[in-house]
Amino acid sequence: MAKPMEQITWQELEIGAVVTEVGSARQYHTGSWRSERPVVNKDQCIKCGVCWLFCPDISIVRAAEGHFEADLTYCKGCGICAKECPVGCITMVGEEE
Amino acid sequence: MDRFSVFSARLVDKSENFTSGHRACQGCAEALAVRLVMKALGRDTIVAMSTGCMEIISSPLPLTSWKVPWIHNAFENSAAVISGCESGMKAMMRKGKLPAKKINFVGMGGDGATADIGMGALSGALERGHDMIYVCYDNEAYMNTGIQRSSSTPFGASTTTSPAGKASMGQHTRKKNMAQIAVAHNIPYVATACSSFPFDLMEKVKRASETPGAAYVHILSVCPTGWRIQPHDAIKYGRLAVDACVFPLYEVVNGKYSLTYRPQRIIPVKEYLGGQGRFRHLTEKQVEQIQAFVDTDYQKIVKLSDEV
Repeated sequence: MAKPMEQITWQELEIGAVVTEVGSARQYHTGSWRSERPVVNKDQCIKCGVCWLFCPDISIVRAAEGHFEADLTYCKGCGICAKECPVGCITMVGEEE
Repeated sequence: MDRFSVFSARLVDKSENFTSGHRACQGCAEALAVRLVMKALGRDTIVAMSTGCMEIISSPLPLTSWKVPWIHNAFENSAAVISGCESGMKAMMRKGKLPAKKINFVGMGGDGATADIGMGALSGALERGHDMIYVCYDNEAYMNTGIQRSSSTPFGASTTTSPAGKASMGQHTRKKNMAQIAVAHNIPYVATACSSFPFDLMEKVKRASETPGAAYVHILSVCPTGWRIQPHDAIKYGRLAVDACVFPLYEVVNGKYSLTYRPQRIIPVKEYLGGQGRFRHLTEKQVEQIQAFVDTDYQKIVKLSDEV
């Protein structure tokens, strides 16, 4: 979408309110909802991918070194990854100002 | 089906047909269920979705989380719309106007859209035997509008329209068993799944898509907001529901039942009900009553799946 969401007026919508761009919700950054952020201990991570599979916000990505970490643009800080990690290498850290 | 193995998570398809940026609550296991279903189905899919949480959070107007053709329709008719899509596409392919191709036609709805409002349209679509899949995301109340009871709300749960108090013990009727209703239509494939068992869920959805004819998949989706639990416990409560046999995972292929997951140790229902705010008010006696219901229902499924 060329324009940011807030600037689109009703005249610019497609007929029938059809959305023609796939997956455009990615421009809405849900990361601002977060009050806690997951921090991965890279040495402990066994690179299994369980956190990635269980993330409801699809915000876990595989880093270049092979371990998984949260994409903070979309992470809502639910803490499922920290809870489900089989080795417990993810801790939730409070967001500060 | 194999037991949960932590190492196979990396072998799962990395492509996502349901993207981030959706507005589900923190820890929404229903959004996770949608993501896993879309992973199992792949790109060649057409989705019709009823009003409900998943429709609201994935398509606030100028944006969409979907990467597949998706249509929103009113509460009652996602099964009707998707059966029309299926028939239309079949006719177009027969006349050579479209290249012949295997496409998954998927109707989706929450428990309100499936068990209450869309029941008639769904029953008709299953009876006509369209080559489609209907997926029900069951979070056990109308969570989107603020936790009103649905016919899928379990016995004893407190919701805003069945509040617990001096004169009421919460929901006083039992949960409608949608999977059994689907089985009664004699369709080739019915399954129950839970997003806490992702491999089992994806396996079942794949099997549903391979089955010619109508298929119905009922997915228990934990809702931290409505169940009054911590967001990080969403996956845990799905597992507890299955381990306590409140929600057994089974599939019915051409009328033949099979339990796909038997808990190694069946936990008392109390452990499942315990931490949830919506069951906080239950007395010992009511918990025993729920345990008796669960035992009877589970034994029925075990008996049916043990028959050869």
